[in-house]
Amino acid sequence: MAKLTIAEALRQGIREEMERDPRVFCVGEDIGVEGGFGGAFTVTLGLSKEFGHERILDTPISEIGIAGVTIGAAMAGLRPIADVQYGDFLFCMMDQMVNQAPKMTYMSGGTVKVPMVMRAPVGSTRRGSQHAQSPEAFFTHIPGLKVVAPSTAYDAKGLLKSAVRDDNPVLIFEHKLLYGSKGPRSESGALSPIGEVPEDDYVVPIGKGIVRREGTDVTIVGKLLTVYRALEAADQLAEEGISAEVIDPRTLVPLDKELILASVRKTGRLVIVEEDNLTGGWAGEVAAIVSEEGFFHLDAPIKRVSAPDTPPPFAPVMEAFYVPSAERVVQAVKASLGEGWART
Amino acid sequence: MPEIHAPLLDMYRTMLTIRRFEERCNALYMQGRIPSTLHLYIGQEAVATGVCAHLKDTDYVLSTHRPHGHAIAKGVAPRDIMAELFAKATGCCKGKGGSMHVGDMRVGMTPAIAIVGANAPIAAGMALAQKRQGEGGVTVCFFGDGAANEGAVHEALNMAAVWGLPLVFVCENNLYAASTSFEAAFAIEHVADRGQAYGIPSLIVDGNDVQAVYGKAGEAIERARQGGGPTLIECETYRLCGHSRSDPRTYRTKDEEALWQEKEPIGRLAATLERLNLATAEALDHIEKEVVAVVDEAVAYAESSPDPEPTDTLQHVFWGED
Repeated sequence: MAKLTIAEALRQGIREEMERDPRVFCVGEDIGVEGGFGGAFTVTLGLSKEFGHERILDTPISEIGIAGVTIGAAMAGLRPIADVQYGDFLFCMMDQMVNQAPKMTYMSGGTVKVPMVMRAPVGSTRRGSQHAQSPEAFFTHIPGLKVVAPSTAYDAKGLLKSAVRDDNPVLIFEHKLLYGSKGPRSESGALSPIGEVPEDDYVVPIGKGIVRREGTDVTIVGKLLTVYRALEAADQLAEEGISAEVIDPRTLVPLDKELILASVRKTGRLVIVEEDNLTGGWAGEVAAIVSEEGFFHLDAPIKRVSAPDTPPPFAPVMEAFYVPSAERVVQAVKASLGEGWART
Repeated sequence: MPEIHAPLLDMYRTMLTIRRFEERCNALYMQGRIPSTLHLYIGQEAVATGVCAHLKDTDYVLSTHRPHGHAIAKGVAPRDIMAELFAKATGCCKGKGGSMHVGDMRVGMTPAIAIVGANAPIAAGMALAQKRQGEGGVTVCFFGDGAANEGAVHEALNMAAVWGLPLVFVCENNLYAASTSFEAAFAIEHVADRGQAYGIPSLIVDGNDVQAVYGKAGEAIERARQGGGPTLIECETYRLCGHSRSDPRTYRTKDEEALWQEKEPIGRLAATLERLNLATAEALDHIEKEVVAVVDEAVAYAESSPDPEPTDTLQHVFWGED
């Protein structure tokens, strides 16, 4: 099995889907230009040579247009994969992503489908406030839109393939520090989680989470980069005799809430870690679900570890303060365990 | 010399169907029998009719918050539209859409998009698919003078030009964006003036003259079919009703309305038909009776149709998962 970065795994998944189905094509800014980057983070690098510029379609800088073209092409029988350079640019196309793509099936009484994929990189990476946000919660609030967030190379390829084959709009959030992009597009501080990725055809089903690490004392739910923060925290906690279970939902809509509830039934404690702002974030929704459906299994209040309610800052020292760290996760777990944790 | 090859009688019937349909909707609304708001197409019938007369079921139309006329001209059954306005389970959107989202993809009428200007980039995507599919399909995007100032329309115009898409932009300039006049929203005289900036052939046509619309739209649609790229057609027209149901039209003068009433498209076509001996007054009267019967039947069908179940609310959020 080949060891691939997430960027390479996504590229392989796109290539396989384009080979499998001639209706699949990519559309976005700077994705296929000769001598260009292959998208902002190299995911489509080289694909225009293989498939030509009609199927790796470069666009003007027109985010509303990209979203609308993606929706229209999907409605008319193609299977587009749109590339958004930065997740923050989704806000430029918000009407298309809120009022158009996810409502078309519903408004038409179930007679029109919109089988489109949109990929958007998120995460704070020394670019200041407007190329940094983790806006997942905005998009988990939109009925009709599926939202996935792969954190490993295996999941990135498998979820991308599921998304392409899904008959609904699917938004894929990817984290800039997890791509493992090489060359001039490599990121300072990147984790580059290289993983084994089968070269044959497989899918990761949308809506299924995974236990990244088993444990008994506390459940930590993370997504994208914060899965790794949670795993790092779990390592530190283990040294102190605390057994943390780490869950990666992989899909945010529809959420595999049973996986989370089953874990909480076992551990009795829940810490949710995300890079989004605290107020109105996705972590709050997970907390609400567990409060409603798992309250009597909880031994302590649910803890959220999020970015503060500020825009993402630029200065590395402030950014390190802003993005949840393993240390903050450890503190939250200890707070959840309470005064008596050291004695157990 | 008028184009006698144009299917004038067919277009007369379509225009009259739209007119009588809309008048009936208005009356039904006043009686409290239609729960929806309504944006009526009265006065603009020649635009939808003259354009759609060239389209096949495999061609796409993208419409607006004022879609009944486009839908009828594109071939959606009036009874399916009326049932939707009555919020019935038999409506063309099963009661999920309402007046502003009527459509039927079986005849190429995309569910209408009621966010002003948002239909244009989607139209570009549909035209992109048609170009890729290579079967000569064409997309028509209707929009108003108000939408011409939305960024989405400009992005779509540019993309259509850059990619040479089989897309005809039809701007129905009815001089008012809700109550805001054209003069208050444009520093130029014509919407069509903007087409050149994007490298798109653009023209202005009398939108109340169905023969003129038919002629110019036919050229643009045929060029698009043959791979000649997009066209922007500005149709000068006027809505002879309010913007929506609660509009007393106090932002317009009675003199202006009277002037446009004289240019009203259906009466003009009737006069042409009689002058060219293509139809007698008696024949037109017969069409009138048939059209009224279609509208009567649509209302009866809608009224006798069942309501959706309250829990139908939960269906159709995702494709294939109900």
